[in-house]
Amino acid sequence: MKHTISVLVENHSGVLSRITGLFSRRGFNIESLAVGPTNDPEVSRITIIADGDEHTVEQIEKQLNKLIEVIKVRTLQKDECFARELMMVKLNCPADKRSEIMTIAEMTEAKIVDVTLTTVTLEICARYNKLERFIEIVAPYGIIELVRTGTIAIQKGSESITAKK
Amino acid sequence: MKMKASQAMVECLKAENIKVVYGYPGAAICPFYDSLMDSGIRHVLVRHEANGGHEASGYARISGKPAVCIATSGPGAVNLITAIATAYADSIPIICITGQVNTDQIGSDVFQEADITGAAEPFVKHSYLVKDAADIPRVFKEAFYIAGTGRPGPVLIDVPMDVQRAEIDFDYPKSVDIRSYKPTTKGNAFQIKRVLSELEKASKPLICIGGGVFASNAQEEINELAHIMNIPVITTMMGISAFSDDDPLFFGMLGMHGVKSANTAVNECDVLFLVGARVGDRAVRTPLALEKTTKILHIDIDPAEIGKNIGADLPLVGDAKYVLRQMIEKAKPQQHDEWIAELNTYRQERVFEPAKAGTVNPRWFIDRLSRAMPDDTVVVADVGQNQIWTATGYHIGKGGRFMTSGGMGTMGYSLPAAIGAKMADPSRTVMAVCGDGSLQMCMMELATAVQHDVKVKVVVMTNNRLGMVRELQTKGYDGRETAVFLDGSPDFIKLAEAYGIKSCRVTDEKSAVEAVKLLRDYDGIALVEVIVDENAATL
Ligand SMILES: Cc1ncc(C[n+]2csc(CCOP(=O)(O)OP(=O)(O)O)c2C)c(N)n1
Ligand SMILES: [Mg+2]
Repeated sequence: MKHTISVLVENHSGVLSRITGLFSRRGFNIESLAVGPTNDPEVSRITIIADGDEHTVEQIEKQLNKLIEVIKVRTLQKDECFARELMMVKLNCPADKRSEIMTIAEMTEAKIVDVTLTTVTLEICARYNKLERFIEIVAPYGIIELVRTGTIAIQKGSESITAKK
Repeated sequence: MKMKASQAMVECLKAENIKVVYGYPGAAICPFYDSLMDSGIRHVLVRHEANGGHEASGYARISGKPAVCIATSGPGAVNLITAIATAYADSIPIICITGQVNTDQIGSDVFQEADITGAAEPFVKHSYLVKDAADIPRVFKEAFYIAGTGRPGPVLIDVPMDVQRAEIDFDYPKSVDIRSYKPTTKGNAFQIKRVLSELEKASKPLICIGGGVFASNAQEEINELAHIMNIPVITTMMGISAFSDDDPLFFGMLGMHGVKSANTAVNECDVLFLVGARVGDRAVRTPLALEKTTKILHIDIDPAEIGKNIGADLPLVGDAKYVLRQMIEKAKPQQHDEWIAELNTYRQERVFEPAKAGTVNPRWFIDRLSRAMPDDTVVVADVGQNQIWTATGYHIGKGGRFMTSGGMGTMGYSLPAAIGAKMADPSRTVMAVCGDGSLQMCMMELATAVQHDVKVKVVVMTNNRLGMVRELQTKGYDGRETAVFLDGSPDFIKLAEAYGIKSCRVTDEKSAVEAVKLLRDYDGIALVEVIVDENAATL
């Protein structure tokens, strides 16, 4: 099962390697990992999508909490958060396919960010499942290149995950 | 106050009341050594950095406080890793200070550069690479706090040479505030009530104690609780000596190398109360089976240990000393006479088969020795057959202490750890028991003991084999014994002589009497070599 884990960490050098090291040496599977600054310059937020059963997620949470620079760990349930991932795809696109691909872009709320004589580059921001479907749809045109940011997630409603001083 | 950062490092150690440090110098740590020279802190020149780490570990285990070891950059730091990993596996608080190349050279593979914070990351509780000299007071304060509180463990401080040389304004912080590190000490009152009620309901309760009891200094509390509630007690290898062997409630060490009474007790009990024990695979091989048949109550200061190896019906996070105190206040006397009587039937009389000529039965010797030595002796067992003979055969009297490298099983731990232990409490007799293989992994530390007149006792069990591996090959590999023969070993008596150490060799009962006398009465370093059958069994 996939789990979305939000981790607040001190913005120190080396923190990320402690976290990835922990995952690899304890045999936890990371599907994706996204990291960036927050509104607090001392705090970074990492969103991890990890695969494992209940026992594994419990261990992931506990082991992450043992790292001194980890401030907070929270596993977000699917229905309590908005999750998004940004993806850019460069497709083969000869002139005669352009309109077809434009229709797909429109229907999927993807943006066309670049066009050349032979290619088109699309950008889409959505949930994991939607991205997977999008890939299925565009794959027949021939994917030249694909990049994803990894999922980030935020809680619905007024609740928040923040670090106290 | 303005001072050199290297001087500030020394001031930090003084502020932490550090009297002894174990180290080995090199260019990258020379500024610190220069400041250390006139500090009044005793520097013990070890003969290998790993041993320096083990020495600090032995010191920490007896003093109950973090102890310090030092190494230079590159090879010095890398040599420390075995000791760091050993301390980590047993939750021993040590502070490792390493020199590093100049900050502007980091990352360019200059001479003796090693990414030690990176390399040691899997084995440290925390680590620092100090890039700004002004951080030194805070980093040291935090390091000691982190190493010694919660679940203790090693903390590494890597200090580049130019940082050591910088000038800073020194002011040692009075307190620590790390927002992301607040270990739980007191137990949740409601959980404590539930644990007590489960123990009261149980008809065959059992307490199993691990190294956590020493980490929290809760020996007295666990003894008190067990006696109020009349509950039998067993230990893991790390928990040995938290209970005296003379206590009628004590049933020995469990596990792969444990005794029958303890192992039967685990299988027969209906409620198992784990205190600071992580249920390692050598202690309980099939936790899943145990979990199904037995109610598990688990105290640990590290929430991650609860439910990791064995599912707990009742988790209780907290420092054993506090939690047990809270329990003692509420505990009511119980009666478990039948259960205890049943367990007593599993106790095994120690019988020692006679050994072949020119050798003695190692278990007989250990038993004999333990009954002669002072009750409060600290025994440090190495790794291998010698470790199991000592763990299960050394009779622990009141106030005695047993230590070993339990989690990592690091050969060569005993002598250096014994040196550290002796320096932490010179009033006690401290004795290392090791094998002929393990002694050869640390025998250079005999010089350290001699140089600093640390009066440790060393018992080496010579079977001319890496005995435990030899036995494994005999049983598991069709008797194909390979790479376990220690031919070429020195004459240990002559070796002792070369160091100016008093020694004797045990080959029969008569020489055993002499040896025991030497170990007990001689006021100096002594080494005893015990000749044992090369095919002597572990159990
Ligand atoms: C550093 C290290 N290397 C290898 C081992 C594997 N090992 C475990 S017991 C043992 C044999 C120890 O031999 P010795 O010290 O002579 O003790 P004996 O079993 O003969 O009593 C070995 C090699 C280990 N535990 N530690
Ligand atoms: Mg041997």
